[in-house]
Amino acid sequence: MSYFAFLTEHGPTLLLGTVTTIKVLVCSAILYVIISMIFGLMRLSKNPAIQGIATVYIEFFRGTSLLVQLFWVYYVLPFFGLSLEAFVAGVVALGMNFGAYGAEIVRAGILAVPKGQWEAAHALNFSPTKRIKRIIIPQIFPIILPPAANLTVELLKATALVALVTVVDLTFEAKQINSITWLSAQCFGTALLIYYIMARFALVPFLRWLEVVAARKVGR
Amino acid sequence: MEMGFRWDFAYEILPQMLWATLNTIIAAGVGYAIALVVGLFFLLGQRTPSKIVNVINREIVEFIRSTPLLIQLFFVYFVLPQFGIKLSAWLCGMITIGLHFGTYLSEVYRGALEGVSKTQWEACRALNFSTVYTYRRIVLPQAFPIAIPGMGNYLVGIFKDTPLLSTIGVAELFHAATAVGGYNYRYLEPYTMVGIIFLTLSIPAAMWVRNLEKRVNVAQGKVKQ
Repeated sequence: MSYFAFLTEHGPTLLLGTVTTIKVLVCSAILYVIISMIFGLMRLSKNPAIQGIATVYIEFFRGTSLLVQLFWVYYVLPFFGLSLEAFVAGVVALGMNFGAYGAEIVRAGILAVPKGQWEAAHALNFSPTKRIKRIIIPQIFPIILPPAANLTVELLKATALVALVTVVDLTFEAKQINSITWLSAQCFGTALLIYYIMARFALVPFLRWLEVVAARKVGR
Repeated sequence: MEMGFRWDFAYEILPQMLWATLNTIIAAGVGYAIALVVGLFFLLGQRTPSKIVNVINREIVEFIRSTPLLIQLFFVYFVLPQFGIKLSAWLCGMITIGLHFGTYLSEVYRGALEGVSKTQWEACRALNFSTVYTYRRIVLPQAFPIAIPGMGNYLVGIFKDTPLLSTIGVAELFHAATAVGGYNYRYLEPYTMVGIIFLTLSIPAAMWVRNLEKRVNVAQGKVKQ
């Protein structure tokens, strides 16, 4: 079968899988950004209990493998009476895992805001909440976006793992087509290409654009 | 079926899990060794004077870095036999991990080389040292400490990605857990134990890397002790 014939026959299926991959990516990206913000701030809390919880969370999720976490959420949580749909399990595992990495980025970003900004906010008698919300957080974006962009590309790659808990994404479809047709080079090659195009020509330019916008917002 | 964590079952499968852990460690070690060497080749491709080689090298690195390791594994495992190259799952896994993380390590090497101040090169030129001598005695001894933390991080990273090898049938820890779980129809204990084993191995490793990083920074005079 020529490659063109392969594409006309199986291309639509792969594209459907790509849509699911994008859905997983968007949902888990939103979840991981929220988690990293919360735990990044908790990590810097003066309260040892709050800081401890954040440290344990981060060390736990960074210390174990994503695949193990994914399988744990999908296959073990039902033992405790919590059955999640494959898609939800995948998004939760991805979001929580990458949230742990993101929290460290947020923490480093907050620490990188010049001390004078804290002192100025203090001098102007801003409340602690307002200080964080209005002065510090807006300034961390230009700092955290470059490492966060790397992490998000890693996230796109990691979404491939959800295929292993039966989410019908691009990887799943490629595996499925492979087991029917045994045209391994074509289906895995096409899947690799689609991931590459998504990362290089959609996700990365988008994140670069965000970086530019963030830098402009703080007047750089 | 009995609910909750069954300690007797966990104890029963413990020897099996520990044996499989050994395989995981071997896989991570071999994969890392290959990645270290592959990284050198990519670095070489990056630093050759030929522009065409530079561009091709960069595109290959970009491609490998922006596609999932999982599909790369499938690709190597399923496609090579169609070209008459029959490799075992182990070998496929090691090659793929080596290639994938080799691209990351080449970046670590590059950063380390660029971390050595340009004046060092100029001084060597002024003293009429040969390129080989400059690398061997001046640049590499200074670049190596800069590379250590990054290299350590990817060792831990490879270790955490070894469970992916189970998808092509490499009998490492995660594979063993899935097999045991499927046989007894209990996934709670095996998967929880995999998590605990990973934690007990990777947290000390990560702490060791962080410690190294601190010591390197101190030795470089970036931080006061």
